[in-house]
Parts: sequence; structure tokens; C-alpha cells
Amino acid sequence: MRKIVQFYIDGFKEMTLGRTLWAIILIKLFILFFVLKLFFFPNLLKKNFNNDKERSSNVIENFTKSK
Amino acid sequence: MNEIVDLSLIDWSRGQFALTALYHWLFVPLTLGITFILAIMETIYYKTGNEEWKKITKFWMKVFGINFAIGVATGIILEFQFGTNWSYYSWFVGDIFGAPLAIEGIMAFFMESTFIAVMFFGWDKVSKKFHLVSTWLTAVGANLSALWILVANAWMQNPVGMKFNPDTARNEMVNFWDVFLSPMAINKFLHTITSGFVLAGVFIIGVSAWFILKKRDVLFAKKSILVASIFGFLSSLFLITTGDGSARLVALKQPMKLAAMEGLYQGKNGVGLVAFGIFSPTATDPQFPKLNDFLFKIEIPNALSYMIHLDANAFVPGVKDLINGNEKEGILSSAEKISRGKMAIETLRNYKDALTQGRKDEALQLRDKFMAKDFQDNYFKYFGYGFVKNTNELIPKISLVFYSFHIMVILGTWFLIFFILSFYFVVKGELTKQRLFLKIAIFTIPLVYLAQMAGWTVAEVGRQPWVVQDLLPTVAAVSNISASSVIVTFWLFAFIFTLLLIAEVKIMTTQIKIGPKDGGH
Repeated sequence: MRKIVQFYIDGFKEMTLGRTLWAIILIKLFILFFVLKLFFFPNLLKKNFNNDKERSSNVIENFTKSK
Repeated sequence: MNEIVDLSLIDWSRGQFALTALYHWLFVPLTLGITFILAIMETIYYKTGNEEWKKITKFWMKVFGINFAIGVATGIILEFQFGTNWSYYSWFVGDIFGAPLAIEGIMAFFMESTFIAVMFFGWDKVSKKFHLVSTWLTAVGANLSALWILVANAWMQNPVGMKFNPDTARNEMVNFWDVFLSPMAINKFLHTITSGFVLAGVFIIGVSAWFILKKRDVLFAKKSILVASIFGFLSSLFLITTGDGSARLVALKQPMKLAAMEGLYQGKNGVGLVAFGIFSPTATDPQFPKLNDFLFKIEIPNALSYMIHLDANAFVPGVKDLINGNEKEGILSSAEKISRGKMAIETLRNYKDALTQGRKDEALQLRDKFMAKDFQDNYFKYFGYGFVKNTNELIPKISLVFYSFHIMVILGTWFLIFFILSFYFVVKGELTKQRLFLKIAIFTIPLVYLAQMAGWTVAEVGRQPWVVQDLLPTVAAVSNISASSVIVTFWLFAFIFTLLLIAEVKIMTTQIKIGPKDGGH
């Protein structure tokens, strides 16, 4: 196990271009999960209703109210 | 619900999904293909012990690493949109989508992250054999992780292996293997990954051509072209085969899409294949304002009938047959399908009302009626048609589908020729003299990306108005949110993805200009 951890530590230490790429990955993940997901993309049915029964009712209501 | 949904909301939601999917797809196919080319190059190194092949492998591995790092997680945005912009769709398909996407997440994490680390960090630290196995497993893992989302997409094009539950309004998977092994899923997977292989082949030849034009690292470039041209050629043959299979399945399951791909308005026996055509800007039939006639077209007689049915005189339905129906050919009119869809929706509503108002016996009867095989096969099958107000809504944007399809096919043919020429020139030792061809090779790189975009446009615009074929149209799938919030996030995504693309191109070109010197990561 220690060997595997050391393998990763050495690999990260020896990175050159990889450091820039990791920086891009981390910034991207931060923007995706802590900005976009949090502030712009709520799961509407999860947020607006307390349980699956209410969610189902809402979906059926939407599907069937056109007539 | 059609009346209350703002049409601009649908357009912006679709636009946002298309924007993010297409940007995401700029990164994916190179990963799918280049990983296998890397594995082949490293295998040659392993077999021959020639250090030149190690240098070549390390250079293209670096290119792969850049593409992977910039592209990774861009697809997650599509999943965000499911919950916000497409919540009704998300609920409707929940169970079917959940399983493949969960498997994708687990598989991608364990296979790719483990073996990619060995690939990049493991040179000189693990045995040559273990490193080679890791490179092959990275290639397999990358392609397998694409499998699951493509299975989910194929299910939307041809929903199978599920049952709709009227109590939950969700489709529940009843047979995983029917979903996983549906011909549509297998074909979509194979066609999509081989298109990625072709893209990677073109990319490597194009970049190598640049080195030869610059008179730099010529041996490296020639060896790269040799591998990429053989790999690309074989992939192209497979791509054509799967494309042919794909067209047959579309004819069977999504005949309107096929009619749009070929600009076929009136079906007949012995239909020709339109090799090339230009539409007139106006429509002539007042019943079908979306159907513009051809200004001119080049047609191969009987070829479409033969390709689809292996019978040069077989009947292929056109848009008008699919809308008006064709009794002789057993095609139900769309008006009849709409009527049956409305009946399915009405039965669902009556069941729900009876349930909420405590009329238990009536509810039970209605549920039995809804779940009966006859009702499922003849009414629920057309559930989505119940949301359609005008039969013209059932016709996708013909010109966009037609042109995209023909761009894809024409470019696909060019790539096959391109691989043959690349192989010929490199084997004959004439590559350095073919400066025009080398320049064309560089300009073929954007064309292969264009072909990818065109292919997805055919697949996704061609199946409009359906999100789930025949069961759920876009108008019923979209959430009731304000169009302005979708517009804001559309531009946010456009900005972020453009930044990522600029970063990709800048880092990639810088590293390519440095060339295969150290191959470090």
C-alpha cells in the first residue's frame, strides 16, 4: 500500500506540464460543482417536493393537464 | 401542457443542451481513438525494444493527456441540465438512465484513473509488460465508459426493456439485457467509437504532416503516419459497416429520421439514394410548409431501397406517408397516432383522478386497462403523440438533417481515401515530396471534427420532436422554468467552454511545437 501511495506521490512531484493540466482540472471542477451546480442547476423535482409520491403527482399532473 | 410552455424556453433549453453536448464531444472522440493508437505504438516498442517507438508513444501520450485533462468532466454539465431544464424527462426515464450512468461513473473512475496513472507515472517504475497492459486497459476503459451513455442514448432512440408505471410516472427497467444489448445500442456504440478511431487517425496524420512540412522529426512523423493510416483505414471500413447497420435500424425504428436524411417526401418502391442535393428556399405543398423541394439532386437509382431492405424494388416511406398514413404499406396516419396518444394520456389522468378521489374500484379497473398488453401495444406506444397539436410538429428540420447527413457521408468517404493515400505515400517513401497532400492533411483535422458534429446533428435533430421516441416529445420533457434563466446559463456555458477550448488549442499547439523531445508529462 505504501508503495502505491509513494508511486502516486513521486508521479505528481515529477510532473511538469501535468501541473498546469491539474490546475485546469481543479478550477474546472470548482466552477462546475461549487458555482454552476450550486447556484444555477438545482434538481427541481428534488428541491420543490418532499417525496417521490409528490414528485410523481406533479409529473402526472403536467403530463395530463393539456386537454 | 403545450399551451403553457414558452416556445423560446424549449428552443433555449435545446440550444443549451446541444451547445454543451457538442463542446463536450470536441474532446471525447480523440480520447477514444488515440488511446488505442498509443497502445499499438507501445506494443511495437515492447516487441522491438526500439527506443524511437517509446519516444513516439510518449509524445502522443502527452497529447492524449492534454485532451483528457481539458475534456474530463465536461459531460457532467449535461447531467446538471437533466435535473433543471429537463426535469420531467429526467423523472420519466429515471430508472433506465440511472443504472447505465452509475456503472459509467464507477467504471470510469476505477479503470481510467488507475491505469492512466500507471501510463503517465509508470515509465521506468513498473515493468514494461505491466505498463503496456495499463495502456491497453486505459484504451478499453475509456471506450467502455462511453458505452453506458451511448446505451442510454440508444434507449431514447428506441425505448425497449422497460414498463411504464402509471403510479410513479416512471419507466422501470424490466430487462437490463434488452436495454444493454438492443441492436440500436450495440450499433450506436460501435459506430460512435469507430468514428473516434477515425478522428484520432486523421489527427495524428495531420499533426505528423506538419512536422514533415517543417522538416522536423521526420522519422517520428513517418512512423506515426504509418500506424495511424493503417488504424484509420481499418476503422473507416468498420465505420462504414456500422453506418450501414445504423441506417437500417433508423429505417425500422425512426422512419421519419431516415426520410429527413434523404429528403424523401413521397415514399415509393425502388427509391434512389440522393448522393448530393440542394434544396429550394420555398415549400410548394401548403399542407407541408417544412418540405422544400430540391433545386437539383444527383440520385443513384434504387440504391436506398436496396441498402435498407436488400431489395432494389422495396418500398421506403417518405415524410408524407408517415404523416398521412399509407394503408397499403400498413403505416398508421399521425392523426390516428395522436388520437391514440390522447387516449393513453386521458386514461392516465382518469386513473389518477379516481385514485386521488378515493374511487378505488374504478382506479383498479383503469390501472388494469392501462397495463393490459393490448392497451400498451396500441395506445401507450403512442403516448407522446398525445402532446402533439399539429402533425407538422412531427417533421424534423429536413434541410439541417439532410445536409448534416451528406456532409458526414462525403467526409467519411474522403477519410477512407485519405488513409489509403497516407499509407501509400509513407510506404513508397514519397511523403516528403507530397507537400500539397501534407497541407491537405493538416486541413483535414477540422474536417474530421466537423464530420463528428454532423453525425450527432443527424442523430439528435433527426429524431425531433422526440426526446424518447414516440413516448415523450421535447415539449412535455422540458421543465417549467423561465427562459431567461436558461439564456443566462447558455451564455455561461458558451463562455466556459470557449475558454476551455482556447486552453486546449493553446496548450496542445505549444506542446506539438516542442515536439517529441523529452516526452515528459
